[in-house]
Amino acid sequence: MIKHLRLPLLSWRFIPVWHRNYQVWKKLAIPAILGNLADPMLYMLGLGYGLGSLLPDIGGMPYITFLAAGTVAYSTMNAATFEVLYSSFSRMHVQRTWDAILNAPLTLDDVMLGELTWAVTKSLLSGLAILAVIWGLGLFGNFWMTLWIIPVVALVGFCFGGMGLVMNAVSPSYDFFLYYFTLVITPMVLLCGVFFPVSQLPALLQGVSAWLPLTHAIDLARPLVVGNMPDNILLHVTALLVYGSLGYVIALAFTRRRLLR
Amino acid sequence: MLKVQGLCKRYGDTEVVRSLDLDVRRGECFGLLGPNGAGKTTTLRLLLGLIEPDCGSIEIDGIAVPQHAREARMKVGVVPQMDNLDPDFSVCENLLAYGRYFGMEKSAIAARVPELLEFAGLAGKADALIAQLSGGMKRRLTLARALVHDPDILFLDEPTTGLDPQARHLIWQGLRRLIADGKTIVLTTHFMDEAERLTDRLAILDHGRIVAEGSPRALIESHIEPVVVEVFGEGLADWTRNHAASLCRRFETVGETLFCYLDNADTVIDALKHAPTLRYLHRPSSLEDVFLKLTGRDLRD
Repeated sequence: MIKHLRLPLLSWRFIPVWHRNYQVWKKLAIPAILGNLADPMLYMLGLGYGLGSLLPDIGGMPYITFLAAGTVAYSTMNAATFEVLYSSFSRMHVQRTWDAILNAPLTLDDVMLGELTWAVTKSLLSGLAILAVIWGLGLFGNFWMTLWIIPVVALVGFCFGGMGLVMNAVSPSYDFFLYYFTLVITPMVLLCGVFFPVSQLPALLQGVSAWLPLTHAIDLARPLVVGNMPDNILLHVTALLVYGSLGYVIALAFTRRRLLR
Repeated sequence: MLKVQGLCKRYGDTEVVRSLDLDVRRGECFGLLGPNGAGKTTTLRLLLGLIEPDCGSIEIDGIAVPQHAREARMKVGVVPQMDNLDPDFSVCENLLAYGRYFGMEKSAIAARVPELLEFAGLAGKADALIAQLSGGMKRRLTLARALVHDPDILFLDEPTTGLDPQARHLIWQGLRRLIADGKTIVLTTHFMDEAERLTDRLAILDHGRIVAEGSPRALIESHIEPVVVEVFGEGLADWTRNHAASLCRRFETVGETLFCYLDNADTVIDALKHAPTLRYLHRPSSLEDVFLKLTGRDLRD
């Protein structure tokens, strides 16, 4: 493992890999976009209005707005995670598409950067769909501030794309990914303030929550929905970048060991 | 075109490739023969710079591998052992996507597509999905894909394994066309007829080491007697004990068959006329006999 660990050599050769995934996505773009729109909309309408009508305002915002901001981070996390887990695994392990690409003048660093940037793109698509719902339902404080959500969403995609690639690298089969969802993703959703404020948690869990990447994503997204500048921007951005970059570098090492030995 | 010196690769205690030397000239078709596990695929992966050698040097058209593997792979087309065509794309889209990996413009790739499809015998299939292709068609498309960037040298890893005889002949036809066009080809195979038909020179690999090298004809002449009589049937054991040593120049028993190697088969065939329960096959010796003599007859898994 250690001998496979080194800094990635980045090159523009990742673009054809991104382009390949884009071409495949384009074939089913309309159902994909409808899914991106329908899923968060159902959540927000169902939980936001249904559950929200029973709840008081949270931190001065109606529950549906609170939830919408959480959903931006939650859905874009899922978009990137599903992409680098199930879809990347199909391309790497089942279809052997990566093997074919590696016979061309691309390195594994390029291929995985292509996958990572594609995961970012999927997060952007998902995030834009939710933004459209937020705009449509008038759940925002300041329209111009909500535009900052777009780079935040890209950052969330980078973070969870990089992390998910590690799982992809070590997985023997699709079933393995359930561990990641059960042990990492689901607890994170409950600990990071998607559905309720972190302040409701016991102090110990609040301490854990502060270290989790989804918390940083939500701490950036939620103020922007309401129309405020987030606090500690540098901290949150750095945390998301570090999780994503570390994930990418570690995933590269594991995947080198898996494919190039 | 391809120069390999002292190449070796070890996995733990197993030496998969041991001090391998190769010198493949431009325009030559060179075969790497060997039983399963002889190190053929590992050698190809080393040549592509996908894995790092433990010692030795590789040069493709003067470019050092793995140091400059990216530049070297620009000149190489690869047909892998397992089909890895992109199932999310049609036939034509597979070629377009693959060309992009070599940094080609879409228009430049598109201009080559009709010629490549014609070469692969897939002229009417541009929009077919990969799942709709037969095994032979997939192989031919993989070969066409390897040619998309017009490489100087081709690496083929067991290009006809798993194909029916008709499909194999079509692949051979394509490869002969490429050889006539002056491409350099390195192919691995464990089919002797394939090696005999296609290669100018070949190396027989066993346990990661080259055990013989030369043209198919020269290998047969230098390693084996010109004629083989294969004897089988009831009473073979007795006949072998009484006659084999005196009649054959060299003999081997494999399973229920006696392989009798000779310069001239007349005396053996005369002797066999007195053994009516035995049947025999009289044939010129082939590369397969050389291969089995050098790599042994035990099963490799």
